[in-house]
Amino acid sequence: MQPMNKFFIILFHTFFTKLKSKSFIVSTLITAVIIVGIANIDRIFEAFESGGAADRTVSVVEEGDQGFADRIRTEAEALGISTDDAGGLTPGEAEEMISNGDLEAALIVSADASGLPQAVYKAPSIADERTAETLRQAVQTVKEEVAASRIGIDEQTLEQVYAPVNFTAEAVSDTARSQEELDQARFLVNALVVVIYFSVLAYGNMIAMEVAAEKTSRVMEILVSSVSPVKQMFAKIFGIALLGITQYILIITVGLISVAGNAERGGYTEVIAAEIPVGLLVYAFIFFLLGYLFYATISAVLGSLVSRTEEVNIVITPLTLIVVVAFLISMFGINAPESPIITGTSYIPFFTPMVMFLRVGMTDLPVWELAAGMGIMVISIVLLALAGARIYKGGVLMYGKVSSIKDIRQALAISKKEQ
Amino acid sequence: MTLRLQDVKKRFGSFTAVDSLSLTVPEGEMFGMLGANGAGKTTTFRMILGLIDQSGGTLTWKGKRISYDSSHLVGYLPEERGLYPKMKVSEQLVYLGRLRGMKKTEVLRELDGWLEKFHVPEYKHKKVDELSKGNQQKIQFIAAVIHRPELLILDEPFSGLDPVNVELLKNAVIELRERGTTIVFSSHRMEHVEELCEYLCILQRGTPVVNGKLKEIKGSYGRKKLLIEASFSLEFLQDVPGVTRASFFSGGAKLEVEREETAEEIYSLLSGRGFVRKFLLEEPSLNDIFIEKAGAAYE
Repeated sequence: MQPMNKFFIILFHTFFTKLKSKSFIVSTLITAVIIVGIANIDRIFEAFESGGAADRTVSVVEEGDQGFADRIRTEAEALGISTDDAGGLTPGEAEEMISNGDLEAALIVSADASGLPQAVYKAPSIADERTAETLRQAVQTVKEEVAASRIGIDEQTLEQVYAPVNFTAEAVSDTARSQEELDQARFLVNALVVVIYFSVLAYGNMIAMEVAAEKTSRVMEILVSSVSPVKQMFAKIFGIALLGITQYILIITVGLISVAGNAERGGYTEVIAAEIPVGLLVYAFIFFLLGYLFYATISAVLGSLVSRTEEVNIVITPLTLIVVVAFLISMFGINAPESPIITGTSYIPFFTPMVMFLRVGMTDLPVWELAAGMGIMVISIVLLALAGARIYKGGVLMYGKVSSIKDIRQALAISKKEQ
Repeated sequence: MTLRLQDVKKRFGSFTAVDSLSLTVPEGEMFGMLGANGAGKTTTFRMILGLIDQSGGTLTWKGKRISYDSSHLVGYLPEERGLYPKMKVSEQLVYLGRLRGMKKTEVLRELDGWLEKFHVPEYKHKKVDELSKGNQQKIQFIAAVIHRPELLILDEPFSGLDPVNVELLKNAVIELRERGTTIVFSSHRMEHVEELCEYLCILQRGTPVVNGKLKEIKGSYGRKKLLIEASFSLEFLQDVPGVTRASFFSGGAKLEVEREETAEEIYSLLSGRGFVRKFLLEEPSLNDIFIEKAGAAYE
C-alpha cells in the first residue's frame, strides 16, 4: 500500500483514458496532416500547377518580323511554359484553330507604336491566371531588354540594376545576435509562443473539464475516500502533461520525417532543418512545462468549484483572457523585445512563460534574469499548489451554483481544520 | 478495538452541522444512523473517513484516525451515487479497486463473485450508463466492498431500490457482517435499522437524541403499546392511572401504557368481565421513538 502507487495509478489512468479518446486521436491526426502539408508545401503547389490549363502549349504568333517571338519563347520556356512556333499561322487562323480545339493557346506578339513588343494571350478560357501572368513577365523582360539596348545598356548591366541590394544590419556587441540568428530566432520564437499558447489553453481546459466531469458523475466522492484530493489533483495534472508531451513527440516526429524527406529532394525546408538551435527548444520546453503547471493548477482548482461540466467555461473564461493577453504581449514584443513593458511583464507569473521565453529567444538575456523568471514561476506554482490544494479539497465535496469568490471561501471553510 | 467518536463537533462558518456526538461501534457490529435530511449524517460519515476535518473531538478506528494510509481498510458508499458513465463496469472497478490497494486480478476475481451473487454477470462488460439505476446501485455497492474492508460505511444503501433488490442488498450486508465487517449505515427506513442493527443513534440537527443498543433504547423508552380485543366494552380503561393514550374500535382498544406494571394491572381488571380474545403488550417501534424524539415529519 504505497501512497506513491495511487499517484501513478491515477496518472496513468488519466493518461491512457485521454490517449484513447476520440478527441485526442482526431486532433493529433489533424495537426500531423497540417505539419506534413506545410513541410511539403512546394510539392502541393506543383501538384496544383501540373495538369489542366497550366500544361497548355502556347503557340507564339508574330505579326511582323522584329524577332520578338523567339526571344519571348526563350524567356517563357525558362519560366516553365511550353511553347512552339506557330508555323507561320496568322493571328486570325490561330484564333480560329483555338475555337476549333486544334490549338491549345496562342500568344500574338506585335510591335507597338514605339517599336516595343506587346502581346495578346488567347486561350479557350483565361481562368488559369498563372500562365497569362508568366507570359506577361516574359514579354516584360523582352521589352525591357529591347528598350535598354536602344539606349545602349547591355544585358549584364541591366541584370546588375535589377539584382536585389545587398543590405545587412550587424550588431557591434560581441554577444549580440547576428541578423541571421535573429531572423531564425524570430521565426522559432513566434512558432513556439503559439505552441505554448495553444497547449496551455487546451491542456488547462482539459484538466478543468476532467475534474468537473468527475464531480458531475459524482464519482468524485468515491475517489476522495480512496486517495487524497491533492494527490489526485497533481496526478491528473501530470497525467495530462504526459499526454501533451506525447502529442508533441508524435507531431514533431511526423514533422521531422517529412522535413527530412523533403530535404533529400532539396526543398526549401532544408533551410529550417539545417540548424535548429537546440538551446532555444530546451527553453521552450521548460517554459511550456512551467506555464502548463501554473495554469493547470489554477484550472484544476476552478474545475473543482463547479458542479457540472457546462459551468466550466464560466469560471475558466477569465483565465483564458489572461492567456490571450500574455500571447498578445509576446506578439508585440517580438518586434520590440527590449521595451520596458516586455521586461516588466516577463516577471509577472501569468505572462512569464511566454514573455520571458520571448526575451530568451530574441535578446541577449543575462543568466540571472532567466533564472529569476524561472524561480518566480517555480515559487508561484508551489504557492498556488498549496493554496489550490486546500480549495480543491473542499471544492470537490461542494455542489451548487457557481459564484467564484464566494465558492472559494466556502471551499476553504469545508477543508478548514479548526475555526 | 472499535470505531469510537468522542465529543465530535463540526462547524461550517456559523452553522453547526454536528455537535457533541459520541458513539462507539464494537468491531463486527452493525450500527444504524438515523436522522431527518440535514441532520448531519453525511457530514459525520465524511469526518469518520477523514474527507473533512472535525472542528473538535476525536474520531478513531482501532485507536487511530482514519487517513489515506488506511483507506484500503475502509469501504464507502456515498449517498449521491456516481460512477464513470462511459466506462465499462470491469474497467471501472479495476480502477477503483486498485486505488484501494488491490491487484487487477484480485479485483476481477472478486467482481465475478459479486456479479454472480447479484444475478447480473452479463453486466461485466457493459458501460455504466447502459444500466438501470437500480443496477448501477448494485455496481456502486460492489465498488464499496470489493476490497473486503474492515469498516464499511453505507450512506442510504437501500434508497431507490425495489423490494427484491432491497432484499438482495440486505442479505449481502448481513453476509458481510457475518464475515466480521463492522458496518455503519444511515437510513430513512426504520424497519431496516430495526431489522439489521444492534446499535443505533438518532441525530437531530447535529445532536444525538437517542444513542445506544437497540434493546436498551426500547427498554428504557418505557412506554409500551397494549392491544386488547374483548367481547365487552373497554372504555373504562381510559381512566386507569398510567394509561397515557387510548383509542377504541369495535371489539377492542389500543392503549399506550407508561410501564409494564400498568399492563399487569389492566390484565387483572379484565378478568371476570368476559371473553378476552387478544391481550398483546408490544415494545415500541423505532418509528414511535423516532417520531417522538426527533419530532420530524417523516418520509
